Amino acid sequence: MSTSAAIVASDERLKRASLLVRAMRRPELGAVAGLILVIAFFGVYADRSMFTLGGVMTVMAPAAELGILAVAAALLMIGGEFDLSIGSMVAFAGLILGGCLVVLHLPFVLALLVTLACAAALGAINGTIVIRTKLPSFIVTLAFLFIYRGLSLVGLKWATGGSTQLRGIADAAGDGVLPGLFSGLAFHPLFTWMAAHGMIQKFPSGEPTVQGVPVSILWFIAFALVATWVLLATRAGNWIFAAGGDANAARNSGVPVAAVKTALFMLTAASAALVATLQVMNTGSTDALRGDQKEFEAVIAAVIGGCLLTGGYGSAIGAFLGAIIFGMVSIGLTYTHFDSDWFKVFLGGMLLLAVLFNSFIRRKVTGER
Amino acid sequence: MPDAPLIEVRDIVKTFGSVIALNGVSMTVRRGEVLCLLGDNGAGKSTLIKTLAGVHRPTGGEYLVDGKPVAFRSPRDALDAGIATVYQDLAMIPLMSVTRNFFMGREPTRGIWPIRRVDFASAHRITREEMARIGIDVRDPHQAVGTLSGGERQCVAIARAVYFGAQVLILDEPTSALGVAQTSMVLKYIHLVRSRGLGVIFITHNVRHAHVVGDRFTVLNRGRTLGTYEKSDIAIEELQNLMAGGKELAELSGALGGTV
Repeated sequence: MSTSAAIVASDERLKRASLLVRAMRRPELGAVAGLILVIAFFGVYADRSMFTLGGVMTVMAPAAELGILAVAAALLMIGGEFDLSIGSMVAFAGLILGGCLVVLHLPFVLALLVTLACAAALGAINGTIVIRTKLPSFIVTLAFLFIYRGLSLVGLKWATGGSTQLRGIADAAGDGVLPGLFSGLAFHPLFTWMAAHGMIQKFPSGEPTVQGVPVSILWFIAFALVATWVLLATRAGNWIFAAGGDANAARNSGVPVAAVKTALFMLTAASAALVATLQVMNTGSTDALRGDQKEFEAVIAAVIGGCLLTGGYGSAIGAFLGAIIFGMVSIGLTYTHFDSDWFKVFLGGMLLLAVLFNSFIRRKVTGER
Repeated sequence: MPDAPLIEVRDIVKTFGSVIALNGVSMTVRRGEVLCLLGDNGAGKSTLIKTLAGVHRPTGGEYLVDGKPVAFRSPRDALDAGIATVYQDLAMIPLMSVTRNFFMGREPTRGIWPIRRVDFASAHRITREEMARIGIDVRDPHQAVGTLSGGERQCVAIARAVYFGAQVLILDEPTSALGVAQTSMVLKYIHLVRSRGLGVIFITHNVRHAHVVGDRFTVLNRGRTLGTYEKSDIAIEELQNLMAGGKELAELSGALGGTV
């Protein structure tokens, strides 16, 4: 044992695994480079106010909601599957939450649990169909994209008597610690204190211009950190990589591939329910069009973050950065003199670059030709 | 029974509907020997090893491990009984690191739930040690398996099976896609595994590779055992002829000037 360790330790070639090679091996490298590029671009062209505390919050708010979906989508993509139904699931989960609170008058705790449980169960159905039939998840979840969207429209009309918008949800949820976790701003006292001590900008009245951190941003950061830890440090993480890398090899090695994939489908659906809860609690209403096209944006953020479409490779931190890039580009253009309709052009370009970069990196990493 | 063979099958039969894949195959594998399973395409090699590995359940016949009859319901059962199978292409995941592959499905953990995590420090150390022991220098256990050569990948897969306590190794054509140097690396390692007292079933249709490391040769043809031969009892040419059903190849070999 000690001799072999000595051989390994004294191998002079070890040093050649340089910092560059190590960086190349990280899937989120592309996202880091992309973020630097985007920050540089807006640093040159955007109004200074984009880089103030207020500007950062404005960029991060939409990034957070997309990011929660993107991190979950990234885990699922690494596990080798897609879920195109998450956008519609945001609307459908919003309907369930709203219905429980406004129509059934359930307390918020119960309504939240019902919503998460329903979403997870529907995710499990997605997963079971994909695993049992061996059909591509792309097509199975595409079907559910339409099913959930349609059910949201029909359900909302039924719940409201003809409207596709359900209001008064936040009032029905009431105040308290638990609803507070999903709505409003966090760290308000801290920001007030910082304003009082002249550390951040304040209005003439003494109130800080930025009152606190939207809770969705905290959920986003926490979710990305937990997902990264699970992926990189736990057995479940290794199983996710294995299930997506080669399901057969994983199964032969004793990895419970079906359970891993089903759990991931449940996670993406539950993350959509979380986003729905955040949106509903902050706007007080739900709408049948909530989450429209979010499934594609989440996949785009995950791909910009280094996920391969073929599975088995990617990172949660990458998806986190991908979502921030997304937020910066979508909001940032309003800080420049460019027409903000350039957004989609910019986005498509980023996506194409990311895919090309990822496939190049993959060949480097694996020595594939 | 200390002298019971590690694996013994008697008149094993496996049918898929009306197709008879195995029609009475018998063979034994003892400790510290390499049994080569030879046969042309369609002879039933794959069905036989999948039956041994617990993927298929035999339709008839006896399957004994250490002298006791067994009925595996899944590959996991076979693995728990010490029978590990290394499939030709399905052993490793190229995008994952050597360590992650080595411990796939059996990761060592530390800490208590919910902060239980993979003990990567010892996983990396064990991987490097086990690889060094078989003469493969894994410079960096973080490197993706895809960067290893085909022979190295097979060796990692075999080393993994040995490390996790396999008594019998079933190797499904480990050399068929490899070059000369790579093949000799794998054959050398098979020899090493045998000297440690494991039983090895080496499936191949390359008689030369078989003859280098094999102690005994079981030839399959059309789902039956044609016979089992000790190395001292049979020459390469005879084996070759048996494998191909004899006559035809002999004629062809004559026509081509003895090059097949």
